[in-house]
Amino acid sequence: MTQNMKVTTMRDAIRDLVRDGDTVAIEGFTQLICFAAAHEIIRQRKRDLTLCRLTPDLVYDQMIAAGVCKKLVFSYAGNPGVGSLQAFRRAVEKGEPRPLELEEYSHFGMVGRYIAGAARLPFYPVNSYVGSDLPKANPRIRQIQSPYGDEKIYVVPPLNPDVAILHAQRADANGNTQIWGLTGVQKEAAFASERVIIVVEELVDERVIRADPNRTLIPGLIVDAVVVEPFGAHPSYAQGYYDRDNAFYVEWDTISREATSLNAWLDEWVYGVQSRAEYVDKWGAKLNALKPGDALAAPINYGEYK
Amino acid sequence: MPYSQNELMISAAARELRGARVAFVGVGLPNIVCNLAQRSHAPHLELVYEAGVFGARPARLPLSIGDPTIVTGAASVMGMPDLFQYYLQRGLIDVGFLGAAQIDKFGNINTTVIGNYAKPKVRLPGSGGAAEIAVLCGRILVITRLNKRAFPERVDFITSPGYLEGGDARKNLKVRGRGPEAVITDLCILRFADDTHEMLVTSLHPNVTREQVQENIGWQVRFADNLETTEPPSDEELRLIRDELDPKGLYSR
Repeated sequence: MTQNMKVTTMRDAIRDLVRDGDTVAIEGFTQLICFAAAHEIIRQRKRDLTLCRLTPDLVYDQMIAAGVCKKLVFSYAGNPGVGSLQAFRRAVEKGEPRPLELEEYSHFGMVGRYIAGAARLPFYPVNSYVGSDLPKANPRIRQIQSPYGDEKIYVVPPLNPDVAILHAQRADANGNTQIWGLTGVQKEAAFASERVIIVVEELVDERVIRADPNRTLIPGLIVDAVVVEPFGAHPSYAQGYYDRDNAFYVEWDTISREATSLNAWLDEWVYGVQSRAEYVDKWGAKLNALKPGDALAAPINYGEYK
Repeated sequence: MPYSQNELMISAAARELRGARVAFVGVGLPNIVCNLAQRSHAPHLELVYEAGVFGARPARLPLSIGDPTIVTGAASVMGMPDLFQYYLQRGLIDVGFLGAAQIDKFGNINTTVIGNYAKPKVRLPGSGGAAEIAVLCGRILVITRLNKRAFPERVDFITSPGYLEGGDARKNLKVRGRGPEAVITDLCILRFADDTHEMLVTSLHPNVTREQVQENIGWQVRFADNLETTEPPSDEELRLIRDELDPKGLYSR
């Protein structure tokens, strides 16, 4: 694929790279959660997805409610700073709109799974789960004997999604991607996955990337598509670009209490718009109010070596 | 200055961090507690957030444990693999501060399910980083409001282990962390007996009776012989909570 062919629309990227039955990871810890991609997946009525994320957050709550999710692989399913995820709870407690299969870990377990997936290792050891009931709830968390001593250690299996969808502040047309602020498991999820879709606030010239290579988390080498979608992570945030829309996170608790109000919200804000750009227009000036003031880093000198 | 039970709970919890150097900040109430400690008696307290931040200096109370304010001005921001492996698993964190949907007589914490795992009555969020924080931090502090539902004799599911069945059960696990040290509630402070590791009330908040505490605990709770009265919040602590950290009173009213 030549590099310019990687830049595409969200509609085409999701149509071409996400298939029914796929294992999909839309990662990003609290920040850079790609709601734009999730909404497009809902609009295209993808089905039977296994969704992986440390924190399912509102993004998977919406996808569960929309019926695209068959199974969830996760470690913390709450509305961060607010409370419960209501659609997730309805699916688990009542099987509505459809039963939801769970594969549950702790954060460290999920982190270890992505590392093993990224490095193509058969398992990953973590000093955790001792005394916890989690290994009983999830038999894929296993204990092995250390080959070098007496101790036993828990291990988790690799996670290799079919597709990772990762939001970032900026990338070039080849998919060389720079992220700052919380980087979560974005890098590991990218290297672990078969296909990678990068969604950015800004498409930049390759020279911008090469001027600051320490900030490049994901190389274009493993990227299949680059989509430009400003405010694509709203209502989560993008460090330096916009703050979390906390009012919406709080409001979601009310919206999602009943399936009817949640579905009405999906009708209006997901099915009722054609694209992220339309969603952003519909929010109007409210989104601009989320832009932070500046806190600039001092420039550093990489040096010129000729 | 008059104060609410929640303000008292938060201030008392912040004081438990005296002497701590590095604290792992859990979701919910621990967040305001650790930020209050940093702004009052412990300006050099290093706050660690599982999101991947060491040495946070939040300019506002973080709305969640991944708020952008924990990044700006921090000593170090990293991916979660580094945080969990090199800071937590490496053993650099003195204190883990956790919340709890349920905590039992032996300090075991449940944040996973009420009822049966496969068919839960209430599905809670799950572990997050708590399962590993509970075994890898030097000691654990817990903050949660006292009521019968939150304090059953035994939890339905151990997400994060305390002293398991009590006695030497935790010691036999051979984990780094010593386990839960104190549970700070809106009515009292509880600690753990040295031998049985059963939770006992060591301090009653002003104007709270033993009966009130017992009514809100799911087992016949013991009271320490030298039962203390919790020191009320200072004017400075109240000012920090009300003016700086929680002006809307989300946690503290």
